[in-house]
Amino acid sequence: MSAYWKRNQHRLAPWLFLAPGMAMFALYVIIPIFQSMAISFYDWDGLGEKVWIGAANYVELIDDDAFYTSLKNNVIWLLLYLLAVPAGLLIAIFLNQTVWGIRAYKSLFFFPFVISQVVVGLMFSWFYAPNFGLFYKLIEAITGTGVAVLADETWVTYGIIVAGLWPQIAYVMILYLTGLNNVAADQIEAARLDGAKGWKMLWYVVLPQLRPATFIAVVVTVIGALRSFDLVSIMTDGGPYGSSRVLSFYMYEQALSEYGYRMGYGAAIAVVLFAIMMVFISGFIWKMWRDETER
Amino acid sequence: MAQMKRGALALLAGLMMSGSVMAEQRSLVINTDASDPAPKAAFDQLIAAFEAENPDIKVTVNMFDHEGYKTAIRNFLTADSPDLANWYAGNRMAPFVTGGQFQDVSDVWEANGLSDSLASAKASMTIDGKQWGVPYTYYQWGIYYNKDVYKAAGVEVPTTWDQFIANCATFKAAGIDCLTTGTKALWPAAGIFDYIDLRTNGYEFHMDLTAGKIAWTDDRVKAAFAELGKLAAPGYITANHAAIDWQDAAALLVQGKAANYVMGNFAVATFKEGGMTNDSLGFMPFPEITPGIPRAEDAPTDTIHIPAGAKNVADAKLFLAFLARADVQSQMNATLGQLPTNKDSTVDTSDPFLSAGFEMLSSSYALAQFFDRDAPAEMAKAGMEGFQEFMINPDRLDSILERLEKVRAKAY
Repeated sequence: MSAYWKRNQHRLAPWLFLAPGMAMFALYVIIPIFQSMAISFYDWDGLGEKVWIGAANYVELIDDDAFYTSLKNNVIWLLLYLLAVPAGLLIAIFLNQTVWGIRAYKSLFFFPFVISQVVVGLMFSWFYAPNFGLFYKLIEAITGTGVAVLADETWVTYGIIVAGLWPQIAYVMILYLTGLNNVAADQIEAARLDGAKGWKMLWYVVLPQLRPATFIAVVVTVIGALRSFDLVSIMTDGGPYGSSRVLSFYMYEQALSEYGYRMGYGAAIAVVLFAIMMVFISGFIWKMWRDETER
Repeated sequence: MAQMKRGALALLAGLMMSGSVMAEQRSLVINTDASDPAPKAAFDQLIAAFEAENPDIKVTVNMFDHEGYKTAIRNFLTADSPDLANWYAGNRMAPFVTGGQFQDVSDVWEANGLSDSLASAKASMTIDGKQWGVPYTYYQWGIYYNKDVYKAAGVEVPTTWDQFIANCATFKAAGIDCLTTGTKALWPAAGIFDYIDLRTNGYEFHMDLTAGKIAWTDDRVKAAFAELGKLAAPGYITANHAAIDWQDAAALLVQGKAANYVMGNFAVATFKEGGMTNDSLGFMPFPEITPGIPRAEDAPTDTIHIPAGAKNVADAKLFLAFLARADVQSQMNATLGQLPTNKDSTVDTSDPFLSAGFEMLSSSYALAQFFDRDAPAEMAKAGMEGFQEFMINPDRLDSILERLEKVRAKAY
């Protein structure tokens, strides 16, 4: 036994180290994914018996207006949330200077990410609130009548996305600040000697070295956009009349909320969301795999 | 000799053990959502009174936050059942009844003559001819108005719907919201619709509608929405109500920026905290719309049930019988500031709102439970969203009704 171990230690040790993590991951992530997929083929209220209905939940989903609203909102979230990446980069470049007290400024800029999303949502809903909100008063001062963003079906999703961008930009900024610290100083010197300045310097010298940071920032932002639940739940509860719903919130509404006793239907929505995420996750994993094998 | 001693010792030990079994405490576990100050005080009082009458029963109370309870209950009914649990009446308890999570307590109703003393609430506790819990409190809904605003605008308290609408025009001209509401949580909009439907089409129609027997595209439903449109279309309802909570709308009534508020009696505490008094705050039953329709009211009922997994069922039933007593309900509701469901209970006559409510409910034709308790969950959510959308965009009536009709096909 110990002879076998001595011979194969190098090969077995990594697997043994990975084993607890893999077991947890399988138990709490992988197996529940398959369980959710299974539940989506049943009609179940979470309390009584499960009834097999095949793909009926998915057929119902195709005909569901609320599903298309959620899908549309998710796409809007995805596209606009990516603005956090260039915004974070610009702020990181701005803060990447050795001025006295720059650490304090960096901390202040990072602060939004530290506070809970629930608090961010609450603060922004007061910011947008009719009659006393700062944003409402500002619009009223400029145009004469205030616009209650969270009560307006066309603007509500954008209002929530702005609230979400605030902590997300802070997070991306930190990623880029770390990346900027690792940019090779000699390359900057060499480029400066060649006459590169400003935008050209950024695009041709700095940005390529920030590729790993950009990759992580994009991954986190995409996943965050598809997962957004806290802000929708706190700021509008999906309203007004469901206009700001996103898939994750719609799934919660149908399966787990006060008026939602449809576990099967919620599971179907979750499977659709998972399928959308898998597109991006596969892309990311393929890229990481390619980077690792090239090394 | 030694054997006799050992035998005597064994006998003594046996007697002592059986003695402790006889003196064992009976325990009762209650899960409740009475986390707000007044309900909490009322519950503590109730438990203390019960324990005083039954000294050998020890009651353990698990207190949950009021909103969090609505999701927690689905966990603890299956995972770790208490002996008693709070919930609501009507269709709100139907998922748990059909899921076999609540116990049939018709025997408690039979044994204590509750079909007589709790008659007004019996229909809402009955599914399939059996009773599934015991109600202990309900509260009235109606129109609360700011008397000072009425005086300033020179407007009389309306007795008919047409007068109410005419008053609205006067208020709007004075820059005051005729009707205020905060529909961020959706349910305040359902209160307004409930009353308009009850007054336009009657109690039986409203019950059939919430039971899914009537199509939402029916002309009578359109008539009810048309009445609601008389408030929504000219802008008599607070603008941007979808972005504010009911408490923010209450602030508008208190500050004199709004004249009327369709709300439940629990809001009186909020109005008074804001500075209104019995002189400035008025209450009126919702006015008649279609003449001749018997007056039905919304009276949401709070209840206590025995979960299917309860361990001490006998004592739980004892507790329910205790809860249903007239004197117990009088005392509990005095602290709650609400109305007892037992017709033999007494109400504090010095509170004008409670007295008005008690009279109004006792003399009403029938009691509805509120839209989100009368209609099943899925229909309730879609319905309330429809009411909110209609109040903001009255011109979307047809698409809203079609959508509600689609949900009705699936939900029932």
